[in-house]
Amino acid sequence: MRAFDYHQAVDSGQAVEQAVRRDGAKYLGGGTNLVDLMRETVERPEMLIDVTALSRDIDETDAGGLMIGAGVTNAAVAGDARVRLRYPLLSRAILTGASAQIRNMATVGGNLLQRTRCAYFYDVAASCNKREPGAGCDAREGFNRYHAILGASSSCVATHPSDMCVALAALDARVHLLGPEGERELAFNDLHREPGERPELETELRPEELITAVELPPLPMAVRSEYRKVRDRASYAFALVSVASMVELDSNTEDETIADVRLALGGVATKPWRAWQAEAVLRGQPATEETLAAAADAELAVAEPLSGNAFKIELARRVMIAELSQRIVDARKGGES
Amino acid sequence: MKWTINGHVREAEVDFRTSLLDLLREHFQLSGTKKGCNQGACGACTVLLDGQRINACLALAVQVQGRDIMTVEGLAEGDALHPIQAAFVEHDGFQCGYCTPGQICSAVGLAEEFERGLPSAVTKDLVASDIEPSHDELRERMSGNLCRCGAYNGIVAAVADSLGREVRR
Ligand SMILES: Cc1cc2nc3c(=O)[nH]c(=O)nc-3n(C[C@H](O)[C@H](O)[C@H](O)COP(=O)(O)OP(=O)(O)OC[C@H]3O[C@@H](n4cnc5c(N)ncnc54)[C@H](O)[C@@H]3O)c2cc1C
Ligand code: FES
Ligand code: FES
Repeated sequence: MRAFDYHQAVDSGQAVEQAVRRDGAKYLGGGTNLVDLMRETVERPEMLIDVTALSRDIDETDAGGLMIGAGVTNAAVAGDARVRLRYPLLSRAILTGASAQIRNMATVGGNLLQRTRCAYFYDVAASCNKREPGAGCDAREGFNRYHAILGASSSCVATHPSDMCVALAALDARVHLLGPEGERELAFNDLHREPGERPELETELRPEELITAVELPPLPMAVRSEYRKVRDRASYAFALVSVASMVELDSNTEDETIADVRLALGGVATKPWRAWQAEAVLRGQPATEETLAAAADAELAVAEPLSGNAFKIELARRVMIAELSQRIVDARKGGES
Repeated sequence: MKWTINGHVREAEVDFRTSLLDLLREHFQLSGTKKGCNQGACGACTVLLDGQRINACLALAVQVQGRDIMTVEGLAEGDALHPIQAAFVEHDGFQCGYCTPGQICSAVGLAEEFERGLPSAVTKDLVASDIEPSHDELRERMSGNLCRCGAYNGIVAAVADSLGREVRR
């Protein structure tokens, strides 16, 4: 690990000021990703600005949603009674990630900005365009079971590893930022970038911008939302495929139709993947197995398999259909009560 | 820099690069906490930070200044083992013992999480606050602690026993 300075920020404004003043400064959340990457010398900050003491609350918003401070731990979000009741997919997504120890350390801000777990990104002896622009990509012809089938480019096929982010993608969350030019907001689904020709640019954040909070809009149908993660072992492993979903039915029509739906995928894409194509096929259509299959196929039509991950296309298809079916069953039950 | 470690205020001047794990082992000779992977993947370094379980290998010593840290050395009171330690002995919750300090600290943190009614990934009803510590719940909640010897059955039995309940399979 390279030597660095350390500063504990007392408020967000001061954190940004410090970051502006020092070249090579990075914000430090729980450190569960950054410290690891510093040890591997993949990250080499000259200064760490500790932001874990900032924005540690979860508050109700006037709109009827929740404002989650960037410094709240993953464990505290998952355990919050309001999140468990109103946004259960978010609790479930977080709880399926990492371990209890890591969730107690990791923060919301850090979870959003965690880097890929691609082994070639981690290995400084390997070629990786994300780590070293122009170096090439060893994953393309290498071990790519965990890599992306959606949103990839010729320069990068690394997946975004977060579970929490898949739930946030489905929830249409908003990200609150503070930078040298002041505050602004981004739709969560606009935060992460697909790699294109610039895989080293992972988000739309501007230099020195600090994440201060994540806002969940009110979303009544999220009461029946869920998150399912499929992986190589039952716990403490990253997703091969994960699906965040919720469905609202319209039973007033002659055929029971899908009034509204949110669907997002993890483990298969270069960013937390909102399944816009599938949603477009589902909305307003009869809640039948055929509709679900057509939706899954529409989303995966552009999927491009690598040498070691073609199985993910069929897996993603099956998990999407199974999860949507289950949400429809749950919505029917919900409608009766 | 200052920390409260196992109830005692300790001081040291260390490089910012020092992890909490290295601080404990190298500076304070508290070698009960083990270094397995040094990257968050095994749980051998589990300690309690203000009562919550964390991986000491991923925490920087500087970042946890002023906080309360409990290691496996701080659990027993004199010769009287902590109930979770006693349960590990009784149920053969270890073979070589390398993962054991981490398993035990993790189990202490787990017990506190159960008391607070926190759910896990396998909790069906996320809204419920009285969650039964079933075999599946305990396996899931202890999944951050690997055991190369595969003493998992003894570990789960020990954790279940120390929670004061029979585990249903
Ligand atoms: C063994 C292991 C297994 C894991 N398994 C999973 C898993 O299954 N699923 C999953 O989703 N995750 C998993 N993780 C990843 C874990 O969720 C992340 O490491 C964690 O969420 C990062 O949060 P942190 O606060 O520790 O971030 P840090 O490591 O502190 O920071 C990460 C990045 O975010 C930046 N940052 C932090 N806070 C802010 C802020 N407020 N504003 C701007 N930038 C900021 C930092 O500069 C850094 O670049 C695993 C990690 C490990 C070590
Ligand atoms: S040594 Fe810390 S988790 Fe393995
Ligand atoms: S007892 Fe040997 S590693 Fe667990």
